[in-house]
Amino acid sequence: MTVVLAEIPYWGQSLLRVLGGLVAVLLPAGTIVYVFLFKMMSFMQSRLGPMEAGPYGSMQLFAEVGKWLQKEDIVPERADARIFKMAPIIVLVSTFLLVAVVPFGPDAWFTDFETGIFYALAVSSISVLGILIAGWSSANKYSLLGGLRAAGQLIAYELPMVLAVIGVVIQAGTMNLQKIVVAQNSGSMFGIDAVGHPYVISQFIGFIIFMIAIQAELTQAPFDMPIAESELVSGYMTEYSGFRFLIFFIGEFATAGVFAMIASVLFLGGWGVPFAWFGWTSIDSIDNWMNFAGPLIMFTKMMLLVFIIMWIRFSYPRLREDQLQRFAWKGLIPVALGNIAVTSILKVVF
Amino acid sequence: MSLTDRVMGDRQQLAYIASQAADARLNVELETEGMTLNIGPQHPATHGTLRIIARLDGEQVVWAEPSCGYMHRGYEKLTEVRTYPQVTTLVNRIDWLGSFANEVPFILAAEKLMEVEAPPRAQHIRTILFELSRIANVSLFLGDLGVQLGAITPVFLAFRDREYVLNLIESATGGRFHPNFDRIGGLKDDLPAGWIDETRAVMKKLRGFCDQIEDLLFGNEIFQSRTRGIGVIPRDVALQYGLSGANLRASGVDWDLRRDHQLPMAWNKADWKVWTHPDGDSFARCWIRLQETRESTKIVDQLLGSIPAGPVMAKVPKIIKVPEGEAWVSTENPLGEMGYYIVSRGDLGPFRVKIRSASFNNISITPWLLRGVYVPDIVTILASLYFILGDIDR
Repeated sequence: MTVVLAEIPYWGQSLLRVLGGLVAVLLPAGTIVYVFLFKMMSFMQSRLGPMEAGPYGSMQLFAEVGKWLQKEDIVPERADARIFKMAPIIVLVSTFLLVAVVPFGPDAWFTDFETGIFYALAVSSISVLGILIAGWSSANKYSLLGGLRAAGQLIAYELPMVLAVIGVVIQAGTMNLQKIVVAQNSGSMFGIDAVGHPYVISQFIGFIIFMIAIQAELTQAPFDMPIAESELVSGYMTEYSGFRFLIFFIGEFATAGVFAMIASVLFLGGWGVPFAWFGWTSIDSIDNWMNFAGPLIMFTKMMLLVFIIMWIRFSYPRLREDQLQRFAWKGLIPVALGNIAVTSILKVVF
Repeated sequence: MSLTDRVMGDRQQLAYIASQAADARLNVELETEGMTLNIGPQHPATHGTLRIIARLDGEQVVWAEPSCGYMHRGYEKLTEVRTYPQVTTLVNRIDWLGSFANEVPFILAAEKLMEVEAPPRAQHIRTILFELSRIANVSLFLGDLGVQLGAITPVFLAFRDREYVLNLIESATGGRFHPNFDRIGGLKDDLPAGWIDETRAVMKKLRGFCDQIEDLLFGNEIFQSRTRGIGVIPRDVALQYGLSGANLRASGVDWDLRRDHQLPMAWNKADWKVWTHPDGDSFARCWIRLQETRESTKIVDQLLGSIPAGPVMAKVPKIIKVPEGEAWVSTENPLGEMGYYIVSRGDLGPFRVKIRSASFNNISITPWLLRGVYVPDIVTILASLYFILGDIDR
């Protein structure tokens, strides 16, 4: 793959990367919206969901996008117009920045970054800024409350997320997401290499903490106080309409997809299958078809994780703001710290 | 010391004082100022046009007051220009989720004045329909509770299973939402063929629904942590504010008009239990309603087996003139005590009707109850108090 890319001029490579990034963000987002938000939620609630647009309503999302694009772009009179307009874009940009370090195959990556996971955790917090300024600039009390809640929540849950990742980093010995994938798939457990060594098993506590933290980072129920439609109308998104609401909406599900990708890279072995299946020994000996199978494997794992996120979202009620903070600071963070301590001790012992 | 301070629960009062003291310290340094938040008239939490004016300090409510009247329809005045049979059409729009239950106390009051009594068969069917409208009403509450707390699935289950009950009401009365089926002296019609077996099957489904809701919501830790100990109404405060229905029973008052009043209805012919809960918090109110739905299905099941034969209409004149006099009848409606005070001057229509609806009194406790709680708890407390806007504003 790299060989093929090398023959294309730099501008061509960049264009391909941008297109690839768009596909990697928007395709999962659209699939998540259709499969989970439209269909799975409907089936859970004993209804059919959209059925008219396309077979089984599969074109519903395009119809929705068309509807939103036609709507008037309303900016409240007393809002800080320029910042108000900018906020949704900041939220979406952080998602695109995140996907840049996610590997999709042995050679299918956007950037092979040595400190990939560090970068990913850093840019993921940019979306807080977008949400906070959206809430503040809307000149709406509900938006303000929602924005402040979001800021408090996202900061509180960033910490357990980082701490959960540290366990994986200690085990893999690297921050490079590609190398973390290779370490999991080429590893073995108790001498059995047929299953590789997915960290979901050895870092199970870390995995649970990470999933809870991304549930909160994505502001999905039971951590959806920033939106809390029964309290705050729509939280920080209250004043947004039309295209800008659409960006928030896509951003929410695109971020869900990208976070699930990162979780599958960290804990489920990412794009790879256990190398022992095909007799591969290192990343260089992997057959080239893996560059095409890899994204599909990754996509499957991502959908599995998003399924869990959405399943919880559709069945749980919402926590209260103080309960949420207490859960993060008194529950998740001490457990995550304990996990790091145990992991590092075991790493030294074995 | 004002009255409200004296009756405020110790725990709540302490929490309130502590938070005030903490805020006072903070205010010296930060010069923070409060914010007035208008929750409503159009707001997803109030499922109707109730407006709550809340003075907030951060996310804590310092002062709150409900402002109602946005949907006032003047029923008390309208009844004065209607004949007695026409009034039922009006009043079953008061609490629109349990319409049939609104007609019954009015008809009973008119019957009391006319000194007629519905035949036993009509009394039985009345009671069954009354309980069916309670089930339809409260099952929607159980689902709506989830939505208010952020769980979106229960409400669809509630709508699904309420539909069965509404179908029953429709097949018996002809009206899904507004039956207008009760007549002075009995009922409009007898039950359709096969209705009894169908009702039995539906009651079984409804019990299944109650179990499902109990699993999905009441057993959930998040639900419990959001409702337990939140919005506690002590027994004496509940009595002082004139709460009724499940809200009162949740505060430990053993009070149910179905059992306590001797009305020409069939409740005393069934074996059922009045549930009370000692806590008085939001969870207790929700739990009482869940248990009541179960009891209602039991009542319906038992009464279905013992419907006496006979006519469904007593002998009343074609043109109904209610003799001069005054009568007050109240029943235990889905939302609480609902009663009609009819003043008759011997005309075709009532001279004056005073409607006592449960939600108006139930909502009047909110200024006391909402002080010191957080914004998310406003929603939980309002949801657990359970009001229907039509029942507040009339």
